[in-house]
Amino acid sequence: MSDAHEGTGARPAVLKTWKLFVGGALPRSESGRTYQPAAARHCNVARASRKDLRDAVEAARKGQGSWWNRDAYNRGQIVYRIAEMLETRATAIVDELVACGVEQEVARREVEASVDLCAWHAGLCDKVGVLLGSQNQVSGPFFNFSTIEPTGVVFVAAPEQPSLLGLLALLLPPLVGGNAVIALCSESAPLAGLAFGEVCASSDVPAGAINLLAGPRAELVGHAAAHRAIDGLLLAGRPEPSVGAEAADSVKRVRWCDAEWDAPGLAERVRRLDWVEPFVEVKTLWHPVSGW
Amino acid sequence: MRTLDVPPVDAVALETRAAELATRSIKKDAKRAGLRMVVEMIDLTTLEGQDTPGKVRALCRKARAPLAGDPEVPPVAAVCVYPDLVPVAVEALVGSTVQVASVATHFPAGRAPLQQKLDDVRYAVAAGATEIDMVIDRGEFLRGGEALVLGEIAAVKEACGEAHLKVILETGELGTYDRIRRACRVALEAGADFLKTSTGKVSPASTRPVVLLMLEEVRDHYLATGRIVGVKAAGGIRTAKDALRYLVMVNETCGDLWLRPDRFRFGASSLLNDVLMQWVRLGDGRYQRPEDFSQD
Repeated sequence: MSDAHEGTGARPAVLKTWKLFVGGALPRSESGRTYQPAAARHCNVARASRKDLRDAVEAARKGQGSWWNRDAYNRGQIVYRIAEMLETRATAIVDELVACGVEQEVARREVEASVDLCAWHAGLCDKVGVLLGSQNQVSGPFFNFSTIEPTGVVFVAAPEQPSLLGLLALLLPPLVGGNAVIALCSESAPLAGLAFGEVCASSDVPAGAINLLAGPRAELVGHAAAHRAIDGLLLAGRPEPSVGAEAADSVKRVRWCDAEWDAPGLAERVRRLDWVEPFVEVKTLWHPVSGW
Repeated sequence: MRTLDVPPVDAVALETRAAELATRSIKKDAKRAGLRMVVEMIDLTTLEGQDTPGKVRALCRKARAPLAGDPEVPPVAAVCVYPDLVPVAVEALVGSTVQVASVATHFPAGRAPLQQKLDDVRYAVAAGATEIDMVIDRGEFLRGGEALVLGEIAAVKEACGEAHLKVILETGELGTYDRIRRACRVALEAGADFLKTSTGKVSPASTRPVVLLMLEEVRDHYLATGRIVGVKAAGGIRTAKDALRYLVMVNETCGDLWLRPDRFRFGASSLLNDVLMQWVRLGDGRYQRPEDFSQD
């Protein structure tokens, strides 16, 4: 067999279409559409449709039980594994950030901060129950405990920049609370976020516990607000008033935040228990004290 | 019994056609009509060891009015239960159009002497079941005893009296399309009113190529003899989208003559809620939450 490229040193180009991460798999959009992000015009990224969001919700509802039914300690191990894999792929992910217009040194610091943030949340997994739950002093012969349970499926919309650290800052808190998360990556710079999906795919994350979409934020956030099987929204930046009205129809928990994404000290500022707290439900148990 | 001369099935063509017929997009008004038709064709089923009269009564309430507050959603075709729970279902369905179907002949394995199987059938019919879902003796069929299987089906048909007889082939245990076609011919010859794919206890249960094959068999039987036999796809059909694909297949194979609840059925339990979720979504435009629909 003759090799047309032999001797010339040329190889056929292997070009990447950036895929979504849904239910543990890396599908294209069911619509077949792709888009070229504003910050990386040379790339084709799967453009998620309303149907992809719906598929992600179904995957998330399946995955949520599998995630929450694990020991808290095991959830911590898995989030730590995410940190390990992110560290292993750090060089490649820095390149994806640079491809989206971030300066090399800034990109390196962002990836390092992202790894650290994963490790911090890994440690939080088996402590969040103690931090947000309590043993209550009641009058009478009862033990009285407040324990936390996840809200369910939380939709997260990442800020445009920083595209990776911002995504993780919003995705990890509900995840640590035991929720399944559907996260919409930065619309203009989704590459590092989607690369994070590839990290999750090799980190023992149960299928559907983390799902990553890319596409037009204005369109998808509206669909997420209307989808009755999504239990919470955590959005970077103030949403349109219609989002709140739609979300109210199914009594979703809605939080939006402006963490001054471009100000210094972000890496420390996003280690926040108060972003876990809105997406857990408190259950209080009364138990008789024996021997009275 | 004369030896059945059954031509082999072209498996590639069958699967290709079943796959092609699954590619249509059905939206808006057509979808609404399709969903309504699916509901009318459902045999709402509970066949668990843990079934109780209470569960059957809840199922019957759902069968009469699947979506509380929306009279546009019709009742389902039938409720399908074990023989001992038939009286409960009959009482709960008085005054409705919903039929009571009972599995019999020692469902799901069918491993009992013929006399006991016939007693099982007579008990269910006497208790008020208007439809009987029998299982064939797959062991006997697989070792070549087609005449015996045919005789058994004919005997059960006689024991049914006025009740409609659905013959469960348990296609997941038959292994090849050729054997499924032979089993169809045996059941048709023995006088079945319906061919049914599966018990729901064996995987794979209902698959689209198998149902396509069965539809072709009942169509050819009709063309040859003028007798109309129905088909029931049971087990593994959980989504409205999948059910609509079956309806496309029915229409393309047998025509709208078979698009009626007395000629095509779905044996299912979780399918109904998915259809209802789609129905409500068509109305208000929002994807629904499974917890908002009753689980029985």
